Amino acid sequence: MATHPTAAGRTVRWRAGAAGAVVLGLVLTGCGGAKVGGSDAGSGGSSGKCGTFNLAVNPWVGYEADAAVVAYVAEEKLGCTVKKKDLKEEIAWQGFGTGEVDAIVENWGHDDLKKKYIEEQKTAVEAGSTGNKGVIGWYVPPWLAKKYPDITKWENLDKYADKFRTSESGGKGQLLDGDPSYVTNDAALVKNLELDFKVVYAGSETALIQAFRQAEAKKQWLLGYFYEPQWFLSEVPLAKVELPPYKAGCDADAEKVACDYPVYDLDKIVSKKFADSGSPAYDLVKNFNWTNDDQNLVAKYIAVDKMTPEAAAEKWVKANPGKVDAWVK
Amino acid sequence: MTPAPTDVPQRRGASHDEEQGQDRDAVISVRGLWKVFGPKADRVPKSSELCGLGRRELMERTGCTAAVRDVRFDVAPGEVFVVMGLSGSGKSTLVRCLTRLVEPTAGEVVLEGEDIRTADARRLRELRRNRFSMVFQHFGLLPHRRVVDNVAYGLEIRGMGRAERVKRALEVVELVGLAGYENSYPDQLSGGMQQRVGLARALAGDPGILFFDEPFSALDPLIRRDMQNEVIRLHREVGKTMVFITHDLSEALKLGDRILIMRDGRTVQCGTGDELVGAPADDYVREFVKDVPRADVLTLRWIMRDPRPDDALDGPELGPGVVVREATRAVLAAEKPVRVVEEGRLLGVVGDEEILAVVAGGEGGA
Amino acid sequence: MAVVASGTRERPAPLRLRRRAVVAGIVVLWLVLFALLRGRHTLALAAADLTSLHRWFNDVNDTIGADRNSNPLFLYFFNEIRLVIDTLVTFVQTLISQPPDGRPVPQIGWLGVVAIAGYVSWALGNWRVALLAVAGFTFFGLQGLWQESMDTLALTLSAVLVALLFGIPLGVWAGMSPRVNRVVTPVLDFMQTMPTFVYLAPLTLFFLIGPASATIATLVYAAPPAVRITAHAIRSVPATTVEAAESLGSTRAQTLTKVLLPMSRRTVVMGVNQTIMAALSMVTIAALIDAPGLGKTVVQALQSLDVGTAFNAGLAIVVMAIVLDRVTTAAAVRTERAQRPGGGPRRWRGPLLGAGAVAAAVAVWLSHTYVWAAEFPGEGGAGRSLASAADTVTAWAQDHLSGVTNGIRDVLTTTLLNPFQTLLTDSPWWLTGLVLVALGAVLGGVGAGATAAVCVGLLVGTGLWQDAMTTLASTVVATLLVMLLGVTVGVWMGRSALADRIVRPGLDAAQVMPPFVYLVPFLALFGASRFTAIVAAVVYAAPVTMKIVADGVRGVPATTVEAATAAGSGTWQLVTKVQLPMSRGALVLATNQGLIYVLSMVVVGGLVGAGALGYDVVAGFSQGELYGKGLAAGLAIVLLGVMFDRITQAAAGRTSRVPGGR
Repeated sequence: MATHPTAAGRTVRWRAGAAGAVVLGLVLTGCGGAKVGGSDAGSGGSSGKCGTFNLAVNPWVGYEADAAVVAYVAEEKLGCTVKKKDLKEEIAWQGFGTGEVDAIVENWGHDDLKKKYIEEQKTAVEAGSTGNKGVIGWYVPPWLAKKYPDITKWENLDKYADKFRTSESGGKGQLLDGDPSYVTNDAALVKNLELDFKVVYAGSETALIQAFRQAEAKKQWLLGYFYEPQWFLSEVPLAKVELPPYKAGCDADAEKVACDYPVYDLDKIVSKKFADSGSPAYDLVKNFNWTNDDQNLVAKYIAVDKMTPEAAAEKWVKANPGKVDAWVK
Repeated sequence: MTPAPTDVPQRRGASHDEEQGQDRDAVISVRGLWKVFGPKADRVPKSSELCGLGRRELMERTGCTAAVRDVRFDVAPGEVFVVMGLSGSGKSTLVRCLTRLVEPTAGEVVLEGEDIRTADARRLRELRRNRFSMVFQHFGLLPHRRVVDNVAYGLEIRGMGRAERVKRALEVVELVGLAGYENSYPDQLSGGMQQRVGLARALAGDPGILFFDEPFSALDPLIRRDMQNEVIRLHREVGKTMVFITHDLSEALKLGDRILIMRDGRTVQCGTGDELVGAPADDYVREFVKDVPRADVLTLRWIMRDPRPDDALDGPELGPGVVVREATRAVLAAEKPVRVVEEGRLLGVVGDEEILAVVAGGEGGA
Repeated sequence: MAVVASGTRERPAPLRLRRRAVVAGIVVLWLVLFALLRGRHTLALAAADLTSLHRWFNDVNDTIGADRNSNPLFLYFFNEIRLVIDTLVTFVQTLISQPPDGRPVPQIGWLGVVAIAGYVSWALGNWRVALLAVAGFTFFGLQGLWQESMDTLALTLSAVLVALLFGIPLGVWAGMSPRVNRVVTPVLDFMQTMPTFVYLAPLTLFFLIGPASATIATLVYAAPPAVRITAHAIRSVPATTVEAAESLGSTRAQTLTKVLLPMSRRTVVMGVNQTIMAALSMVTIAALIDAPGLGKTVVQALQSLDVGTAFNAGLAIVVMAIVLDRVTTAAAVRTERAQRPGGGPRRWRGPLLGAGAVAAAVAVWLSHTYVWAAEFPGEGGAGRSLASAADTVTAWAQDHLSGVTNGIRDVLTTTLLNPFQTLLTDSPWWLTGLVLVALGAVLGGVGAGATAAVCVGLLVGTGLWQDAMTTLASTVVATLLVMLLGVTVGVWMGRSALADRIVRPGLDAAQVMPPFVYLVPFLALFGASRFTAIVAAVVYAAPVTMKIVADGVRGVPATTVEAATAAGSGTWQLVTKVQLPMSRGALVLATNQGLIYVLSMVVVGGLVGAGALGYDVVAGFSQGELYGKGLAAGLAIVLLGVMFDRITQAAAGRTSRVPGGR
């Protein structure tokens, strides 16, 4: 309270003066710049008949590659306003019913969700294959496959079980399971194949990839659950372990599974409403089809080259006009 | 600070030998007042058995604590009535029962003819706003308001307009000697000055009765003396009835027309200062008043003796209510014993030896 | 969860000794019975198995989903709430982050936002925090994260606004009525300990995917501090003042508006501060249901293990937290002196504020009109440098340290974690349960024992007993490490003001940096293991214990320290015989908070290999079939939290009065 009045007054006056100068300066400099325009052509593009297209983006890079390309084509060629929504699968499916999601462009099986939303709630319909083949299985880092070639046969795994031991596996070999998004049969497989292994839950894809990356870099022993297409395989080409071959129905009883995972035909799911809307975006989603290599390339642009999804999609679309034209014909 | 008008106790015409029944003129009349804390508290005053129990037995039997037990007293208009006791004696609870800040368990509290225990919430608020107010030990000021706004608070909540209440508040601020500080905030003031704000706030609504809950015990001794003198001065100027709680006997003797001593919730003795010192009701009171400078408290009534045949009964004349210390010079200067006379009647005499016994003996403990 | 200390202040020494003996006795008995009964009645449940409770949860969830278009509760209640909140968030977004229809850029560009931030900080706080705000906000632009930051800001501000709208009145009510407080407190505990993952998916059922769900998810976690701190503020208004106001004949409403509210304003502002911090800590999690902003950047970067980008975005969150924290703290200090006249400055403040407002308005106008002031110039080069620096450091650490770190992991796992976990999981459930109840009763009294008994019963009921015990083992080990660190660093900070100044900003950053950012490097250093989860929990929980211990040590009266020094105590003696024992209350509070913070990281731990309850919750969030199990796991985490909170609080009440923590 005891500030000397004149001193305080002086600093205050100085401050007021400074504030005034700032205002003046801002006004003066402001007069020079370019003005913010109204809605320019090309930036919005909501004028097309497509309207808004709600595209779910599930949290893995391969999906992001699909979504980037579909979104890019929808915006550039069809004039849609694309709203990408970053969602886990379960929530994305839920979104069909609430009208918040129009399409999922890479679906891995999920028979339970298909049953619930396509058959029971009738809020979703299938929209065909993406052309990608989904492979799930057990993998080892490449150095291991090279040094011990027989390790890629499941019968030989027990021989090396103690090498795979970690602090988490309680005396047995460790089989690292990953993303909790998938129902895996691994625990049953280990049991039914009578392997001296224990399933350890890494808990996330991030944890799994980091584990494989580290294992390859440090020449560590690691056996883990993985899948393709996956961008990481273009960085570290993991080797798949051969399990007893899949035969139709061999995985019917989850308790007694003793065979490899089926190869998934990755497909697209759209909401019923979207399918009936006649939107050109629906036709695009339905026609969208490419190869594992295509996806891996775009995924690599995003994950390894750190391009934005938009830039990665643009690069790929410009390089593959034929494929794109077939989708939007 | 205002100079102390006087340090000599003044007896202000209190009717100390009060009759037992209800005093018709009493401003405050308390009968059979109980405050019991604990589960099912109201059964305690009703049961004569429980009433008789000591503190610990009552706790063991019922889980209750009786803070105020069957207290009765009357306060005359304009009187300063002091309730004194050590901490835990129930005196603060007692004063809160009088304003129903604490709800009494049983008994009757009649303020200016109205039993406040029967007042509903709205009536109680009205009484609090207009009839009585209170000064607190820890001031209870609003730190976010200036002095004048603190003082005007009571007027504000009555709905008085701003100009009017500020005018009134400034008058009261002036009255308590805070002129010039009206725009300060409480934390910029010393403790004594803060309590003056508390005093002003209590006076602002012009209540008939003022309650003081140990208002000065948080203050330094010197400030405390100033504030006591301030209360005496204000009492003289505004003439309110006051109920004053303290644990300090000298404060009680200095301010109080009459003093009620409490212990464990009960009244131990109630009377004027000289009655307590001159005729303590029990050892507890005796122990209390042991160190009091008796010459300052006792009046001639307490030390006079019957005239002996050899006394010369033509000495100077003094009233029975004159305090010993004031009489000392006159008695010692006189060659003959002083006659104590009330309404022309000779009550007794006081000679040098009586005076010296009090002055010398009574100061022993000081 | 402020510890309410009351009751017996100090136990006589023999009683304390006896309690220690009883605890030792219980542990010995446990070990003996464990050796005899190992492996029986362990209530194990495989990862894919469900109990009927879990299935029932699933059914409820499905029913809600199926009914949502016909149920009136949805049509007229949830939908209305959603509409209001959506409108609010969208409005703020079009102001600062998202272009509205017909404009390529938001209404207010970067210059306007920076000017407003600076002006508001100055008006509410002081010029120092105003400079900080301007610098911080400009930094977002330099990082190349302007739009993301503004989205996060828009969402956070909306959530905080709604949280305060409900939280403060509720807090006032709870502050005035002990009965309301008793009802509200457990609900708040629940809201704060229930893992967000559990209610994230159902929220999108109730409020759809979009801003409303993200806001409400944030709100659920962020509102409790506002309620608690407001209630606390109301309760701490001195009784005399309230009494004085009542004795003058105030009505309840008058007492509230003229006494309680003005006097608790400063503390309430601190509640606002805590609410903002809690809201910011939800940014990354809300991104999982499409909340826009920095959280999304972090989550996406993690898909490609891009630590640098994640770090850059995480840093923006930290900067935002620090700016908002310092501004609200300064505002709290200012409210105390708010209306005070003070000679010169007061006279000039009005005109100055006016001039500032004009300047800010001009800046807003410029940023609305001109491109250079609307879009942050540059390409975010600073952000890229930061990201690559973070990448370099991470890569170096991964290459050079992982041997050492894996060694540490193996030693601690085999010597401490594994034996303890085995003891907990392989004992019969009733034995472990009895031990927990007995320890609760001995340490915290009969009430705490009863709470423990109820919690144990309910834990068994969740069907996830063994997972709960696995999580418990990791939690206890993590808490031990947290306390070890907390006491060491806390004592150092408490004794040296310099150390405090150096360490504290780091602690603030560790508390608000999204755990997702450091999970990747930790995975590289420790592998996917329970220990990684423990380390992540320690990073998150240690700062708060350090702060509490430091406050406790600083709270030891200077005269006592002087007396001990005068008696010839060495530093070590001073710390162990005077300062630590005298801050025992703070130590207990630190343990309590450390445990609660560690528990709040259980789910994050599930993402990096902790398994057990954390994994159950994550899996429940990801797979519809496991939803019920995830919910049960979330409940189990809450139960563990409640059990430990009540035991430590009761223990705290027994040992001593606790000096104020945070």
